[in-house]
Amino acid sequence: MRSASISASHSPAAAPVGARRPKRRGLDLSRVRWWRVAVLGVLGIYFVVPLAATFWFTFYTPGTHQFSLSPYGQIFSAKGFGTSVLLTFKVAVLTIVILYALLIPAMIAVQLRLPKLKPLLESLAMVPLVLSPVALVVGVQTVLGWGTNGNPGTPLFQLAVDLQNGNFPLILPIIYVVIALPFAYRSLDAQLRSVDLKTLVEASRGLGASWPVTIWRAVLPNLRTGLLSGAILTLALVFGEYTISSILQFLPFSVWIVQDSQGATSGQLAPAVSLLSLLLSWAVLFLVSFLGGRRAAGSNRSS
Amino acid sequence: MISLVKKLGAWGAVLPLLGYCAIALGLPIWAILWDGLHLTNPQNTSETTGSLTLANLTTSWHGIYLKGLETSLRLSLFTAIISALVGLFAAYAIAQSKGRYFKQAVLTASGVLANFGGIPLAFCFIATIGTGGVFLSWIQSVWPSFALDTFSGVAVVYPYFLIPLMVLTTLPALDGLREQWKEASANLGGTSWQYWRHIGGPLLFPAALGGFVLCFGSSFAAYATAKALTDGTVPLVTTQIASILSGNVIAGENDLGMALAFNTVIVCGVMMAVYLPLRKRSAKWLES
Repeated sequence: MRSASISASHSPAAAPVGARRPKRRGLDLSRVRWWRVAVLGVLGIYFVVPLAATFWFTFYTPGTHQFSLSPYGQIFSAKGFGTSVLLTFKVAVLTIVILYALLIPAMIAVQLRLPKLKPLLESLAMVPLVLSPVALVVGVQTVLGWGTNGNPGTPLFQLAVDLQNGNFPLILPIIYVVIALPFAYRSLDAQLRSVDLKTLVEASRGLGASWPVTIWRAVLPNLRTGLLSGAILTLALVFGEYTISSILQFLPFSVWIVQDSQGATSGQLAPAVSLLSLLLSWAVLFLVSFLGGRRAAGSNRSS
Repeated sequence: MISLVKKLGAWGAVLPLLGYCAIALGLPIWAILWDGLHLTNPQNTSETTGSLTLANLTTSWHGIYLKGLETSLRLSLFTAIISALVGLFAAYAIAQSKGRYFKQAVLTASGVLANFGGIPLAFCFIATIGTGGVFLSWIQSVWPSFALDTFSGVAVVYPYFLIPLMVLTTLPALDGLREQWKEASANLGGTSWQYWRHIGGPLLFPAALGGFVLCFGSSFAAYATAKALTDGTVPLVTTQIASILSGNVIAGENDLGMALAFNTVIVCGVMMAVYLPLRKRSAKWLES
């Protein structure tokens, strides 16, 4: 475990001994502080101002000089809101279930028994970050076309049609699992590093627990924080994803908010919703990591 | 024997994921590569459907499509350099900070913001510095020609999700730099510059360059943001693909869309080929 290792054993060849100047520690430190504040301050402005301006835009109407929070209230009564949210929610839940059903066993197995596969898994989890969703959806359309261009009645045709069923397009969670892979992998990986999985599993197995019981009762509870934050990131991703679902012509929440909701209100609704979902997912994520971090605090990390 | 059984069991746990990726990720990519190199609807009768051809690709490397590719690459390079530099400094500043809540808040915010692309992001910036935006006059007083639906406008917006991505990818490496190494260097008489030149820099370099490559790829891949901001006035590969797909261009140009997608897959492949060796090098030091 990293906490046990003494860092000196890893240190690289020491830097060549150069000018032996006394170290001006006090000055050095104060300089670092100063630019830290500057960098974070400028970035803070860059990141907060657009959000604040959007917030301003959603409740202030320039023509009438009126302040009103009505867009936030209108969200729930807009036509089609319920169906699109329900659809997106179902898609998101299915995405998370498939993602974790695939990812958790694989990552545990790689951590415990097949460390050689870790680079492969890691690179696999990187591909969706650089692959354009537009390109991916082009490919998906082509693959689906192989089915729908075939003879009606063949299993392949039926499969392609079923996948694109407008009531519940199964193709969306299937693609979203790929898109969400990098973020879920990252959260889980960070959590796995802070847990001594090997000892945990050996202890549980040594006491006679079967593999499923070990995973369910010993491993998963320890990965709770990572699992939860991965799930929230995935949820946020599915709710915000626009490219793929709009090109495949489905109507989940993100597409509905752009296309259908605009007639209902003065265009303030969409920004209000995106702002709300952004802040909400951040708040939940922070809360989760904060609660999880408090439990784990002090038990790991020596430096 | 027992170890063999264990290994088999482990493979059984990994294979579903690999198989899933082969189908959901590999199959579409393969379809693009295949269709990019084959004719699906021949323009003249001497050619047959499905014959191997470079015609699609040649078209995609000329005229407005070449311009689109070039603009995409230029935009990605520009935004990735800026985001990587700023993100690296920000990550260092965050790694140095002692406040656990602050760190946690920034990390989670980065996770959310790196995901925050597309239409909502475009909304935010349109409300801020778009036509009629709250702060447009401020920006234009220092930068008169600024408009959101131009190259520079898009370049201002992209770092909004690229910088958090850079922070996310480099923070582990910066956290892995141990205080003891700095102390050891100082004890041996090294200056701050020497520490960065001989210890910190080389250790960080792979992670930083890897983060840059990810920023580049992610910027190159972005579609919805650019679409909402510019509506096609800035030619980008991704918006061109989408407009071909949605039939805004002459019918029968499906192959061309494939060829453009082919180009982006190639760029993605180059990115991965650069990134992976770097990732390996940085992991060697930091994961021990």
